[in-house]
Amino acid sequence: MKFLRDALHKLEPLFLEGGKLEKAYPLFEAADTFLFTPGQKTRSGPHVRDGLDLKRTMIMVVIALIPATLFGMWNVGFQFQRATTDWGLGPGDASHLEALLYGALRFLPIYAVTIVVGGTLEAIFAAVRKHEINEGFLVTSLLFPLTLPPDIPLWQVAIGIAFGVVVGKEVFGGTGMNILNPALTARIFLYFAYPGDISGDRVWISGSYAQDWIDGATGATPLGYFFGNGNNMAGMQDTLQISWMDAFMGWIPGSIGETSTLACLIGAAILIFSGIGSWRIMLGCLFGMCGLTVLLNALSSDPTHYASIGPAWHLVVGSFAFGSVFMATDPVSAAQTNLGRWIYGFMIGALTVMVRVLNPAYPAGIMLAIIFMNVFAPLIDYYVTKANIKRRKVRLELQ
Amino acid sequence: MELINLAIKAIFIENMALAFFLGMCSFLAVSKKVETANGLGLAVVFVLTIVTPINALIQNYLLEEGALTWALGAEKAAEIDLSFLGFIAFIATIAAVVQIVEMTIDRFSPALYAALGVFLPLIAVNCAILGSSLFMVQREYDVLQSLVFGFGSGVGFWLAIIALAAIREKLKYSNVPPGLRGLGITFITTGLMSLGFMIFGGIQL
Repeated sequence: MKFLRDALHKLEPLFLEGGKLEKAYPLFEAADTFLFTPGQKTRSGPHVRDGLDLKRTMIMVVIALIPATLFGMWNVGFQFQRATTDWGLGPGDASHLEALLYGALRFLPIYAVTIVVGGTLEAIFAAVRKHEINEGFLVTSLLFPLTLPPDIPLWQVAIGIAFGVVVGKEVFGGTGMNILNPALTARIFLYFAYPGDISGDRVWISGSYAQDWIDGATGATPLGYFFGNGNNMAGMQDTLQISWMDAFMGWIPGSIGETSTLACLIGAAILIFSGIGSWRIMLGCLFGMCGLTVLLNALSSDPTHYASIGPAWHLVVGSFAFGSVFMATDPVSAAQTNLGRWIYGFMIGALTVMVRVLNPAYPAGIMLAIIFMNVFAPLIDYYVTKANIKRRKVRLELQ
Repeated sequence: MELINLAIKAIFIENMALAFFLGMCSFLAVSKKVETANGLGLAVVFVLTIVTPINALIQNYLLEEGALTWALGAEKAAEIDLSFLGFIAFIATIAAVVQIVEMTIDRFSPALYAALGVFLPLIAVNCAILGSSLFMVQREYDVLQSLVFGFGSGVGFWLAIIALAAIREKLKYSNVPPGLRGLGITFITTGLMSLGFMIFGGIQL
């Protein structure tokens, strides 16, 4: 590694003030600190209270995302095999290497476009505004493709990530200063701008545009099925060939990286044990989801209605796990106080179920719920902090 | 139950500020700090709750076609349609009520006056107030419904403005590009907030 260090040192004067390539300093800085531990302290949020800096925080999230990413690539291929050869194909009968390869050929172009377009915009902003290129973008650029359907047109990926990076993050001053999660801002933009390619029953399995599905194959996700047919488990298992265990393991149609609740739980374990993701938010989401579901179950008199579906199903369908583990815990746009995190998480869980069951306009809710609570996170923090100040004042006067 | 639905609809689904973009001037101008935004928001709730039902009374018993039946009898009243006077009548009512309310509060509750006082004259010209009266006409609410609708619209506006104020307090520490500082970034924030409020769009009550 020494020759690399020396080479970087030799190049450094070129990029410093007065050097020839002064404008490209952020690029040099990014390469330098990516390879070697930086000497500077973090000056703006997100603040971490131990030896981790922003870079390690973000890398840790990327590591936590690896199981979901690998599984997602395999699943894209597996769903394609199911839809084109045998609808009853079990995960054991698939040819795994082919599936992984096929999925990689779907995922990697999306990922590459995200990195190139988003990274270029990030670099331009960094050069013009003289801030660093942050590892935050590594996380955003991995999260965003994982939330997309496998066949999404690449130009939409480019537009989406451009909106997410510029309007979602850079106009607020870059990493640590945005109010909404940039990856979700990008996705929600695509969702409302081009709904045809990111919602409905046709988009969740690769190959639907080419019309090469076999008869009987339907691309509906369990969530989409509930949305149209309510609580009809037998019917769903007939047409979709999906059981609860399948949905938990994740071999079901869906966005690339979100189908596997198991992979998300592994990611959650990594995030919680490394102290990076807030377990309060994740548990809050879970409690909120369970709370409203149980309430709806109790109120619902019709056992075939959507409202009668129990918390176990809500947990494993429609990105609930992915959203609450990776999206809701974004340290910048989430609530920052401990009590605030509980409230924030609880509301996300409850609103997700509310959208799924009560809002006929959208089948999936977690994305909208997180964006909505991002908007209210600063307000929650404000009142939690106020309450703390008041409590301490009272305590001091009593002593 | 129907009234609760109406209130929920007015607060979340048809939020005055973030779904209809009404009352933008005070929404953008008085949202720098949560405390003042809270004061303005409460004043809007207060005024809307009083003014909308009063305007509903005026609409239903004076202006509408055939509204004067109680004074002239059905035959004569059917010929009279004063609804072209709607705008001026509503604005005059709003201005008058705001003045009277302000003086009354000043006399009986100085503490509340200190909290709301500055904002009361300001929101006499807030388009969310007139807007809610006009919605009331368009949707043919009766007096009780317009009371609930006015209250709900006010609460929706209050919720939106304190959320924006909290975001702006946080944004004070952000390194926003110079050209966007102040109102520019607030417009963008408002747009993103209304993207969040899309979560309720489409709920049928």
